[in-house]
Amino acid sequence: MSASEQKIAVKDLVSDQEVRWCPGCGDYAILKTVQKVMPELGVPRENMVFVSGIGCSSRFPYYMNTYGFHTIHGRAASVATGVKLANPKLDVWVVTGDGDALSIGGNHTLHVLRRNVDLQLLLFNNEIYGLTKGQYSPTSKVGTKSPSTPDGSLDMPLRPCTFAIGAGARFVARSIDTEAKHLASVLVRAHDHVGASFVEIYQNCTVFNDGIFDHIKDKKSAAETRLVLEHGKPLVFGKENEKGLRLNPIALKLEVVDLGEGGASEGDLVVHDETNKVLGQMLAELKSPEFPVPIGVLYCSPTSPYHTVVYEQRETVRESKEAADLNALLRDGHTWEV
Amino acid sequence: MSVAGNSTAGEQENKVVSDVVIRFAGDSGDGMQLTGNNFTDATAVYGNDLATFPDYPAEIRAPAGATFGVSAFQIYFGSEDVSTAGDHLDVLVAMNPAALITNLKDLVIGGLIIADSDAFTDKNLARAGYKSNPLEDGSLDAFKLLAIGITKQVIAVVKPYGLSHKFAVRCKNMWTLGLTMWLFDRSRDEAIAGLRKKFAGKPEIAEANIEALNAGHTYGETAELPSGVDVYKVPAADVAPGVYRNITGTEALAFGLIAGSQLADLPLVFASYPITPASGVLHTLSMQKHFDVVTFQAEDEIAAICAAVGASFAGSLGVTSSSGPGISLKGEAISLACAAELPMVIINTQRGGPSTGLPTKTEQSDLNQALYGRHADTMLPVIAASTSIDCFEVAIEASRIATQFTTPVLILSDGYLSNASQPWRVPDVNDFEPFPVKFETNPEGFSPANRDPETLARVWAKPGTSGLEHRIGGIEKSFDTGDISYDSDNHQKMTDLRSEKIDGIAKYIPEQEVAIGNNSGKLAVVGWGSTYGALFQAVKRSRDAGLDVSQIHVRYLWPLPSNLEQLLSSFDSLLVPEMNTGQFASLIRSSFLIDAQKLNKVSGQPFKISEIEEAIKAQMESVK
Repeated sequence: MSASEQKIAVKDLVSDQEVRWCPGCGDYAILKTVQKVMPELGVPRENMVFVSGIGCSSRFPYYMNTYGFHTIHGRAASVATGVKLANPKLDVWVVTGDGDALSIGGNHTLHVLRRNVDLQLLLFNNEIYGLTKGQYSPTSKVGTKSPSTPDGSLDMPLRPCTFAIGAGARFVARSIDTEAKHLASVLVRAHDHVGASFVEIYQNCTVFNDGIFDHIKDKKSAAETRLVLEHGKPLVFGKENEKGLRLNPIALKLEVVDLGEGGASEGDLVVHDETNKVLGQMLAELKSPEFPVPIGVLYCSPTSPYHTVVYEQRETVRESKEAADLNALLRDGHTWEV
Repeated sequence: MSVAGNSTAGEQENKVVSDVVIRFAGDSGDGMQLTGNNFTDATAVYGNDLATFPDYPAEIRAPAGATFGVSAFQIYFGSEDVSTAGDHLDVLVAMNPAALITNLKDLVIGGLIIADSDAFTDKNLARAGYKSNPLEDGSLDAFKLLAIGITKQVIAVVKPYGLSHKFAVRCKNMWTLGLTMWLFDRSRDEAIAGLRKKFAGKPEIAEANIEALNAGHTYGETAELPSGVDVYKVPAADVAPGVYRNITGTEALAFGLIAGSQLADLPLVFASYPITPASGVLHTLSMQKHFDVVTFQAEDEIAAICAAVGASFAGSLGVTSSSGPGISLKGEAISLACAAELPMVIINTQRGGPSTGLPTKTEQSDLNQALYGRHADTMLPVIAASTSIDCFEVAIEASRIATQFTTPVLILSDGYLSNASQPWRVPDVNDFEPFPVKFETNPEGFSPANRDPETLARVWAKPGTSGLEHRIGGIEKSFDTGDISYDSDNHQKMTDLRSEKIDGIAKYIPEQEVAIGNNSGKLAVVGWGSTYGALFQAVKRSRDAGLDVSQIHVRYLWPLPSNLEQLLSSFDSLLVPEMNTGQFASLIRSSFLIDAQKLNKVSGQPFKISEIEEAIKAQMESVK
């Protein structure tokens, strides 16, 4: 039995490198979940490739006993595009952060999504620069105090899922570092989706931005502050599922309503439809504390991935031409004999 | 134009000349490049050796009649070895006053001007800066002048084809081509076939252009031309037998990359971002999808090189291509490829700089960037093409070095080489020695840090290979294991190793030879890149005149050939002409502590042979 036919165990995916994130970093939890999910995907280990840029999250490939490439700041998506173009059989994962993917690498994130390169892009969003010691990031809330913004940051933050849908991503999802079960299900969905799969993972930075997602993560308040998305199910939340989201057709926006006597009925609520891009955009815009934060698959509407159209076009060209012969190419067109 | 003899045929005298330089100049919308290319093809078929120099403005369609919108195409052809596009013009075709005023300075006294007098209107004259009409005021008396109302002639000739005025006027370039073909006894067959192919969907336009072409030719045969305007005979050149074609540097680079990837037994992934004058390589390769080629137009220069790096990591030959400003953007990723020791090829088709500079003009000013333009100690092999034809072999060499030594290799070409065409005796690709890549497949004792003890090349194990899963990256790696290492001794060792590997390539490249002349003597003219032709002709002429001068033209700019120091030391004096402010001269001085005189030109135009000859003469006198 060749190595590729053997069932991979979680331990097979653990590299021999000592993990060097700060104690309590959300990255540990994500790493563990990824290592747990990967054996279930039916991909031979030798075909798994993790590509990263620069930042705390980008150390990720060193800890996966797969093929891995720790590249340069912001460019993981571009390197990964080259990997996938060169060998479409490979199962490519990009691990990146809010600074890496949305600041220095924003352009490449935009283009890898619109091109629909078949890969999973995991964006660990901790709303801060960790590796460079705590400067504010493009997802930091206005007013974030950091070494470079001691009096509070001034620029408007970017919402990663809104950006992704706007860029033309065909799969956009969100999960939370420590929610192993939910994260695992989202990762499986991201992998199942053929094309660029964008996954924002709320990740806690214990050193520079500790606790910013506590209101969503806290078991006591989570039912009120999260909206767990399920395709075909109404948008309900709350301890007793007593609240929901309804579309206000005049204002063209979602609004929170109470269910039950004197309130709205379940039939009034929006039913989640992953294939509806406009709904996906509305969900991506919802933020605390006015709204619960949606987690799960916000949008999924597959289309042909980039490598497929590239290689199909090449096949079409090949069918219309003589077999490739370099000597013939060199002599193609106008020649003369002396 | 060198007159070789006279023969009389009828009333007109047929002059036999050994070589001729013609420049076609007009508005960028006048079709001068097409005219030049057609004349080039006809000249190649005739059997002359030739070199061309297309020179066009950065603006796609500059305002009609503007001096900055003049587009020109120069061809030098002859019965002997032609290696440059020529210094001085024998014939200037000027389609308007702007074309005349900007090009007249290059015409030899007594040279022929063919001008479209219909375009010399008050408005066009004023636009070009003429106070009076030079076709009429006697200011061109030093030249032979053939002022013809070409526009009116053309409109009359193509009238039966029912073209709009705009399309009718556009046929004037073919009329002019017809006249020059008559003047130099070229066949119109290729041009006619070419027009029928180009306008296959618009037969009326094809036939109108052919009619214009024939009319121009007939005009030459039948009109009473002023005395001294004759049919010139330029005997065919004595060249080696074989199948020939014209090829530009752009095509030669693209085909060379396909050849290189085939010889390396690798798929080719070419990732690029459009930039003048480098885009042609992307265009050419995009038409070759039936080969094992994938082309990728990235969102920017950085993404382009990163995709190429990713492709190399995945087991293809990753190649990216740009011009100086784009190479600046790629710098960080080039260093990553150096640190990760991945094979790849980077092409810089140089243009005038700095910044946007002169995008369509030629320069050699990115040598320092090629050698040093990255952070940290990241030397990499740099090789330069010297002629359009040479681009083919240089691309193969770059592929060989990159894959055999697991390193990025930088090719220097330039705007002149990319656009200029030369007749090429087409090689048989089977004559090239293959250098197939052997990917690692054996898990036994595998480490990503393993390397060939001779070449120091790092092992190349591609994703998809079972048992060889490993990580690479930009962080310093342990010499022994390839794992991340911040150890100080290890960094010293790895830095030394990287430079030792690159320096060691000198053992695997040919020794430097003398292009023309001797292995020692009074003066060596030392050059690199596209100055080859001008330097060759200048040295040849100087030697013919009895001067002890030799030419050394360097392809391998880093590492330098192992015998170069000894060779250069064998001359009393060195002259280093460059289209920059002296970058290679500095490299020679710093590498060998040998004095080298600089001769520099950064006008956006190639060297003239005469400029080099004068410098040779001056330096010979100073070293007496």
